[in-house]
Amino acid sequence: MRHTISVLVENKFGVLARIAGLFSGRGYNIESLTVGPTHDQTMSKMTIVTSGDDNILEQIEKQLNKLVDVLQVTDLTGSGFAARELMLIKVKAAPGKRGEIIQIAGVFKANVIHMHQNSLILEFTGRSEKIDAFIQLMEPYGIIELARTGRVALARSGEPTEKLAARSAAAPTEDEDTTPA
Amino acid sequence: MAPKAKPAAAPAPMIKGAELLVRCLEHQGVDLLFAYPGGAALELHQALSKSKIRVVLPRHEQGGAFAADGYARASGRIGVCMATSGPGATNLLTGIADAYMDSIPVVVITGQVPQRLIGKNAFQETDIIGMTRPIIKHSFLVLDPADIPDIVAEAFHIAASGRPGPVMIDIPKDVQQKLVAPCVTGKVTLRAYSVRSACSDAEVEQVRSLIQAAKRPCIIAGGGIITSGAHMELRKFAESYNIPVTTTLMGVGSFPESHPLSLKWLGMHGTFYANYAANECDLLLNIGARFDDRVTGNVAHFAEHAKIVHIDIDPSEINKNKKADLGIICDAKDILRKLNRKPLRQDYAAWHRQIAEWKKTHPLTYVKDNQIQPQFVVETLCELTKGKAIIVPGVGQHQMWSAQYYRFERPRQFLTSGGLGSMGFGTPAAMGAKLACPDALVINIDGDGSFQMNIQELGTIHTENIGVKMIVLNNQHLGMVAQWEDRFYGSNRGNTVLKVGNHPYPEFVQIAKGYRIPGLDVWKRDEVRPAIRKMLETDGPFLLDVHVEYLEHVLPMIPAGGSYLNIILE
Repeated sequence: MRHTISVLVENKFGVLARIAGLFSGRGYNIESLTVGPTHDQTMSKMTIVTSGDDNILEQIEKQLNKLVDVLQVTDLTGSGFAARELMLIKVKAAPGKRGEIIQIAGVFKANVIHMHQNSLILEFTGRSEKIDAFIQLMEPYGIIELARTGRVALARSGEPTEKLAARSAAAPTEDEDTTPA
Repeated sequence: MAPKAKPAAAPAPMIKGAELLVRCLEHQGVDLLFAYPGGAALELHQALSKSKIRVVLPRHEQGGAFAADGYARASGRIGVCMATSGPGATNLLTGIADAYMDSIPVVVITGQVPQRLIGKNAFQETDIIGMTRPIIKHSFLVLDPADIPDIVAEAFHIAASGRPGPVMIDIPKDVQQKLVAPCVTGKVTLRAYSVRSACSDAEVEQVRSLIQAAKRPCIIAGGGIITSGAHMELRKFAESYNIPVTTTLMGVGSFPESHPLSLKWLGMHGTFYANYAANECDLLLNIGARFDDRVTGNVAHFAEHAKIVHIDIDPSEINKNKKADLGIICDAKDILRKLNRKPLRQDYAAWHRQIAEWKKTHPLTYVKDNQIQPQFVVETLCELTKGKAIIVPGVGQHQMWSAQYYRFERPRQFLTSGGLGSMGFGTPAAMGAKLACPDALVINIDGDGSFQMNIQELGTIHTENIGVKMIVLNNQHLGMVAQWEDRFYGSNRGNTVLKVGNHPYPEFVQIAKGYRIPGLDVWKRDEVRPAIRKMLETDGPFLLDVHVEYLEHVLPMIPAGGSYLNIILE
């Protein structure tokens, strides 16, 4: 099953390598991993999307916690969380097709961030499934390239994500985030 | 007019980063370390030459790493080793992995090329932090000499606390050379690092109620008992609750093997009765062991019908290999003390009778004839040393026989490469152990394969006058692998024969002589006893090359992935 894990770490040299190395060395799966500093510059927050059965998830959480630079691990799955992903996509857009593409982008609330004679770069933020759907719609026009950030997520509660119990998942579903986007 | 400022006390003169590092080590109480010099470690060695720390020069960095490991295992103090960048650092890797697998506190210091050359494939540059990442508890790259006091304090704290392990400090040459204020007191500020060492009263009661309900309880004592210093508490617990104890190989010595409740150790080459008791019990109390595959065989069938209580200081061990019915994260000593406050004694008469029966029908045994059996050598050694020596084997058949036929009564008496199984461990680790415990009798029992992997340390042993005794059980084979070939590959030999011609090769006594260490060849069974006597009576280091035939298999044996029911007895 797919899990979204939030990991609060010291903003120090080599932390990302330690975490990525832990996943590869122990054969855990990473679907996506994002990292960036928080409002406290001494800490970074990672969001990792991974999959595995309960035993594997228990080990992932424990092995992450064992790293000296990991402050806290929170498995968001099952607890109600908001998740978003950002994509930049470059699509072929001959002058005759441009209007059509911009129209679809409008429906999806994607922004045109760069326009070239025969192509467009669109920026789109949303849930991963929406991004997949948007990619599908762009395919017929010809996708030149795209880049996705991977998921970032926060708990929906009024408190910091870290206040959730580490494994709050009671009866986790695939994705708790139901906000329209 | 402003009052005249009082002249400030003259600040202490600045010192080099390397000197500060050495002073910080002194401040941590380090009085001995194993260090090999080189370009990026030159400054460190210059600073060490002015320090009161004793520097032992190994003849290979791997020997230095194993020696630091042996020092830590024998004494419980942190072992320290040092090497230069590049090949010096990579030669430490096996020693670091060994300490990591067996949870041994070691601080490893490596020189690194100057910062401006990092990433340039500079001469003797390796990314040693990157290379050690999966086999180390934590590592530090020093970028500013002013950070040295804090880093050293944190490294020593991390290495020894919780579940101990190796910690590395990698220090570029320019940081070693840069001048810095001579402050040696560092702060430990590790907000993300915490250890839960105490258990709750509720957890103690849960254990007690499981014991209350049990008819056939059994304790597995692991290396955690020794790390925690909980052997007295374990003994009191076993005696007052009347529960039999088996140990893992890492736990050997945590419970006296002559004790009526002792089952010796369990696992692939453990005793028949330990394996039967652990598998047929209805309550398994695992304290400080990790359900390693060499202990459990097929883990799904291990202690299949028992309730499992798993006590460990490392949360990730609970449910990692074996699902626990009750997992408790704490220090072994803490929970044993609390359990000992209210003993719960039941007689378990049928269970003890059953165990006595297993012990009687299936003791450790071997066929005695007029050949020299390796088991006989170990037994004779145990007798002549009155079971008091610290035994440090290499890895292979001789390691198992050492564990089986010597009788261990106290913790830190059997120092072995358990998790990693590193050949070449014995000689340098024994060297470290002897330096840590100069008054103890330290004996390296080795195989001819293992011994040759760090044979150069004879040089260190002689120059530093380290009184280690060495016994090579020389069967001219890589015996453990040959045994597997015999059992599972129709005795087809795949590079497991070390023999050259008809005379044993090489001549270890001659090699020892070259290093100016006395030695003796043993060819006949009736020479074994006088030769061991001679070794024990000789001052300083001594080598016995005991010529045994490759005839013996280590038994009992539970094949890898099997269960106790598959145990091979002959």
